[in-house]
Amino acid sequence: MDLATFFIQCLNALQYGLLLFLVASGLTLIFGIMGVINLAHGSFYMIGAYMAYALAPIVNSTFGGGFFATLAVGLALSVIFGYLLEWVFYSYLYEREHLQQVLMTYGLILVFEECRSLLVGDDVHGVAVPPLLSGAIALSDVQQYPVYRLFISGVCLLLALGMYLVFTRTRLGMTIRAGSTNREMVQSLGIDISFLYRVVFAAGVAIAVLAGMIASPVSSVYPGMGQSVLIICFVVVVIGGIGSIRGALLAALLIGFVDTFGKVLLPAAAGVLVYVLMALILLWKPDGLFKAG
Amino acid sequence: MNVDKSKLMFAVLCFSALALYPLVAGKFGIDLVTKIMILAIFALSLELLVGGTGLVCFGHAAFFGIGAYIAVKLSPEADAASLFWLLPASVLAAALYALAVGALSLRTKGVYFIMVTLAFAQMAYYVVHDTPLGGGTDGIYLNVKPSVAGLIDLDNPITLYLATLAVLVLVFAFLGVLLRSRFGRALAGIRVNEQRMRATGFSTYPYKLAAFTVSGAIAGLAGFLFAVKDGFVNPELLSWHQSGAVLIMIILGGIGHLRGALIGAFAYTLLQEFFKSEAIFGAFSKHWHLGLGLTIIVSVALLPKGLVGLPALWRSRLVGRTSRRAEGGAEEAA
Repeated sequence: MDLATFFIQCLNALQYGLLLFLVASGLTLIFGIMGVINLAHGSFYMIGAYMAYALAPIVNSTFGGGFFATLAVGLALSVIFGYLLEWVFYSYLYEREHLQQVLMTYGLILVFEECRSLLVGDDVHGVAVPPLLSGAIALSDVQQYPVYRLFISGVCLLLALGMYLVFTRTRLGMTIRAGSTNREMVQSLGIDISFLYRVVFAAGVAIAVLAGMIASPVSSVYPGMGQSVLIICFVVVVIGGIGSIRGALLAALLIGFVDTFGKVLLPAAAGVLVYVLMALILLWKPDGLFKAG
Repeated sequence: MNVDKSKLMFAVLCFSALALYPLVAGKFGIDLVTKIMILAIFALSLELLVGGTGLVCFGHAAFFGIGAYIAVKLSPEADAASLFWLLPASVLAAALYALAVGALSLRTKGVYFIMVTLAFAQMAYYVVHDTPLGGGTDGIYLNVKPSVAGLIDLDNPITLYLATLAVLVLVFAFLGVLLRSRFGRALAGIRVNEQRMRATGFSTYPYKLAAFTVSGAIAGLAGFLFAVKDGFVNPELLSWHQSGAVLIMIILGGIGHLRGALIGAFAYTLLQEFFKSEAIFGAFSKHWHLGLGLTIIVSVALLPKGLVGLPALWRSRLVGRTSRRAEGGAEEAA
């Protein structure tokens, strides 16, 4: 492997890891703060990717915008969608056992997948890279790196930074953290905790949808994409330590690198590597790398 | 031993109905119920862990799949293998893998345990899926079904049906006795409060490991039957969808009761067949996931204890109504 290839693989690993982090952060937030195991989280990613495909012509004919207008419309829709979803379904799950949550969110996966099949169909689609970002940077005489992948990494980094600031530096972040520690206490201090939860859930959904939308030009849009990303995101959440955003970031990057380099160096064992990594880490640290608390 | 009479009656009634079923059923029905009974054995094995010990295993399909794959791999190309060694070999292989996985993953707890068992199942999945050992995505065919020196012909659907039913009854009875034995009580203690069990002098780890291994062995038995029934194995038997489906079955049926696993396996598979049937839904049967998903959501909302809790729920409704009426009557009289 020469230096340019190595560099490209590093960038790919970084981009994949950061994208995983986006989806996994919502999962770990919802689990850490509300205590809900949300199997349907991968479906939000899938919905995002399909929105990027299906909304583009509609947005183009009404507003005349391109990829970024679609992104904005999709994001707005997903916030509303997440808010309603929490209100109608998830708010009933807080007091239930974890296994009941698993059952209900599994039902939601089936419903989302079929609604997708009814509305958009079961075909595999591609989404065009926006012309503004369709260039490539030459790294050597023959190798080049697409700008769009850098854009994905940049967006993910910005969001990660934003999340960090909201959580540690704002009053909203403080109440959310307090609410995850002791729900009743926060409520008795006069804070509307169910509204707070609804906002956190909507944010988690919006982030997963955004991840799906910006990933769609790179990975094609296909029916099973939500479920494959769900399992790998659970791996991220568990390696990082449930509820820990910092842990999720580290674990996502770790998995990004192991997976990307595994595919290059050990193609026969590429599928297993991630799970071997998870098993080893959990045998070494049974509560994940960073235990939230 | 203390056995509730009504529960015993329920089990006896169910199994007698199943034994009489081939008299009235057609070919499709027998095939379907055989499949459901195999899944019920699989679900029972998981119920020992989830309901009996409080360990949620999300990689149970690995043991199922290993049982199935060993059955096919060890069968000779063109000859019938003897059931006498093929069956123990499949079950033993699944049990050994369960012992290894359990020994490592029981170090973790809760959601971490769920994920580690998933990780080990995924490893088994990729070994079968990506190496020449497992024949890749296409799977392998079982050319000749195993037999007992020409006495039992598992090629005959009714023989296979009755054999599966016999295994189901045996597994059900075995788990029923096991959970009521001292060992089962210790498992229940671990489920409720592991710390306290340790304080009372139980070394909990060997108990959990034994439960995990037994559970894996029974799952392997179910896998063996599945391979014999279909005459075909593919990696999907080990996929996490399969682990998820069996977990959904026992949750739907109701955790903490052996009959919950039975009811869940029947309810889940029959619902699936119902929503898939073109006779009822026409072209919409293509979208059977929608109906199944909505039914699951509704059942979570209305049945927090699963289908097993249904009679109790009705009874409490009924009692609530009559007592309210009685109160109303008393007020009027006053």
